[in-house]
Amino acid sequence: MLNRLFPHPIMTILLTAVWCLLVNEPKLGTLVFGLILGTVIPFATAAYWPNRPRIPRPHLMLGYIAIVVWDIIVANVVVAAIVLFKRNDRMQPNWVSIPLDLRTPEAITMLAGTITLTPGTVSADISDQGHALLVHALDARDPDAVRDEIKQRYERRLKEIFE
Amino acid sequence: MTYSLGDIAISLALVIGGAFVLVGSIGLIKLRNPMSRLHAPTKAGTLGVGSILIASVIYSFAYGEGSLHELLIMIFLFVTAPVSAHFIAKVHIHRDQTEQKLPKPPADTDWATKHTHARDNGQVGGQIGDQIGTDADTLS
Repeated sequence: MLNRLFPHPIMTILLTAVWCLLVNEPKLGTLVFGLILGTVIPFATAAYWPNRPRIPRPHLMLGYIAIVVWDIIVANVVVAAIVLFKRNDRMQPNWVSIPLDLRTPEAITMLAGTITLTPGTVSADISDQGHALLVHALDARDPDAVRDEIKQRYERRLKEIFE
Repeated sequence: MTYSLGDIAISLALVIGGAFVLVGSIGLIKLRNPMSRLHAPTKAGTLGVGSILIASVIYSFAYGEGSLHELLIMIFLFVTAPVSAHFIAKVHIHRDQTEQKLPKPPADTDWATKHTHARDNGQVGGQIGDQIGTDADTLS
């Protein structure tokens, strides 16, 4: 019953939050209308989303976001220093290939997005069966170190959240 | 003339944001090949825009009713920026303009965008696969 009314609970929360932010006025009416939208939209479109992505441990997401934001700030400073002070011929752009332990498409998408958002690395391609990521690094003498860091820092945590 | 704490915070956030957008633009000019240049806008798009939006949030709370609109802008930017970067990277791979050769994928037969290491003939990588790949290229 509850499952039929709220086919996608996380989407309900997300829609309500987005509505409240869009209206941008802290009133009770906003929240109520947001909740109505958050209930009606997933209910009406449930037929088009037959498989709900499974997120077994969504609460770990907050810690993950905090780590990513911190890494973005640190990497920004590092890459800014590289761009401003390092001569072009000293730079060593490199391809890094990362074998994936993640299997769900949502988790792989999150990992690829995270890699692109942290400056210094851009995810460029995925292997044809989806078991490896191709990443371009701006300045990496040692591609293996970049690979290990991404696997240790992001992939391990995403695996906890999604699988 | 005195400045409130809010004013100082706002101007600090604005200056930091502006500096990172500037560094991103300098990167676009300075870096040599297209794949490296792709790294420059990720800076302007994350910390640059992020801290300008934070300045806007602080301003609205200090001088107005307060607003958190900016969070939405940040979320949408963070969701869409990797997609465009990904597509630009794919175009470069397609056009064979990458400086270095692509590495072989550690798993599976090849990368999804372009088959450079092996053709779809059952040969998995290795010298034979490369040989057939180059032959097919010269024929076409």
